[in-house]
Amino acid sequence: MSYELVVIGCSWGGLSALRKVLGPLPSTFPLPIVVAQHRSSQSTDGSMTAVLETYVSLAVSEADDKDSLEPGHIYIAPPDYHLLVERGSLALSTDEKVRFSRPSIDVLLESAADAYGTRLIAVILTGANEDGAIGIRRVSQMRGKSIVQDPGTAERAEMPQAAVDTGVVDMVLSLEDISEVLLSLAGAADSRGGLHVV
Amino acid sequence: MTAGRRELRLVELRDETEDVEAIEVDLLLEAVYRHYKLDFRNYAKASLKRRLWRRAHEEGVGTLSALQEKVLHDSSCMERLLRDLSINVTSMYRDPSFYVAFRKKVVPMLRTYPFVRIWHAGCSTGEEVYSIAILLREEGLLDRTRIYATDVNADVLEQARNGVFPLGKMREYTENYISAGGTSSFSDYYVTAYEGARFNQSLMENTVFAQHNLVSDASFNEFNVIMCRNVMIYFSKPLQDHVHDLFYKSLGMFGVLALGHKESIKFTLHESDYDVVDAGEKLYRRIA
Repeated sequence: MSYELVVIGCSWGGLSALRKVLGPLPSTFPLPIVVAQHRSSQSTDGSMTAVLETYVSLAVSEADDKDSLEPGHIYIAPPDYHLLVERGSLALSTDEKVRFSRPSIDVLLESAADAYGTRLIAVILTGANEDGAIGIRRVSQMRGKSIVQDPGTAERAEMPQAAVDTGVVDMVLSLEDISEVLLSLAGAADSRGGLHVV
Repeated sequence: MTAGRRELRLVELRDETEDVEAIEVDLLLEAVYRHYKLDFRNYAKASLKRRLWRRAHEEGVGTLSALQEKVLHDSSCMERLLRDLSINVTSMYRDPSFYVAFRKKVVPMLRTYPFVRIWHAGCSTGEEVYSIAILLREEGLLDRTRIYATDVNADVLEQARNGVFPLGKMREYTENYISAGGTSSFSDYYVTAYEGARFNQSLMENTVFAQHNLVSDASFNEFNVIMCRNVMIYFSKPLQDHVHDLFYKSLGMFGVLALGHKESIKFTLHESDYDVVDAGEKLYRRIA
């Protein structure tokens, strides 16, 4: 199976978790990566991008409406917008918060699952709420790959735990392993052995 | 396990063919267009689909095909769907920095005109119309400005006209107003009524609320400013191009186009016809 897109959802503690997952990826990483990190609607545009840029070798930008998805590029959901995936591009909405969140990880994951199906890798990292669990179900329904940070290693366990509790998650891993798995899933089709598949 | 194998093959087949749900979305939108002459066919699919499903759940139907049946045979269901599809959520002084930039960079241009015409396209429930009206009053420009506030949905226009917003929002809006560079006291602009915060109707003396459909209606005047923030994010790229063309034709020379923070005129057909007034705040000026 060849994957075409990675989506990541994170909340409390997300920035340092993202650093460990995205930091080791080489600039040749072949897939686009779309990130929804919960943050205040008041955060300054581009502030998170600036922090990430200092420790990843991929290009990072805050998503603009209708951005086309480029390989090896990280797109961050802007504060106070939902970020959705269409085939090949991104879209935004200012619809009501979903489970108290905008951006909502569920909205990102569900739209990505609809658009990419089996070609999607979805990742849930640390967080203190249950956003992402509904999205993970849809990813699984559409037979995409779902990966969740081991709640025992997360700064806040609630969000990854809620995702694990759906019972449909493919892998539960540490941040370091998630990074490695992303690399092998993105790079080659025959790298299935040796991973802690749950 | 023949049955199992057959199921697997069907699942594989499904991957090659068009997704059932995508077909249902297209058929529903086609039905709505042909029966009600309401055209949502060029709306951005991902957010549209969420709104369709929200309506389906509230109508108690399990598929978008079932929603289509209900919409075709029950016009009240269509009215509810229209609300879902056409109401954009907004707030007063959403993006305070936009209003700071408008005050600093657009207001001085407007001062040079004897009379100012502003088109607020897709004004929804009116929060941003009141925001800009307050700003213009504080800058002494409101008396010689006419604001045309339009939306496709007549219900939201009625709400906008009433100018009553939830009391519970006033704290957030007051903070926004201050960050947006408001020069007075925000509470001077509304009175607390039992149903909410009722904004001073004198703010709307020069405002015309009118129904206008960006998809199908033509230009209706020449404007000094067109504001259309976070409306076109719900449109597909071709429809966005259509609306950009409409705006271009509706702006006078040196007229200002204001878009949402995450929208851009880049890659649109009129990109080269505008100068950047403020890149971050997405303020552009027609120069050709």
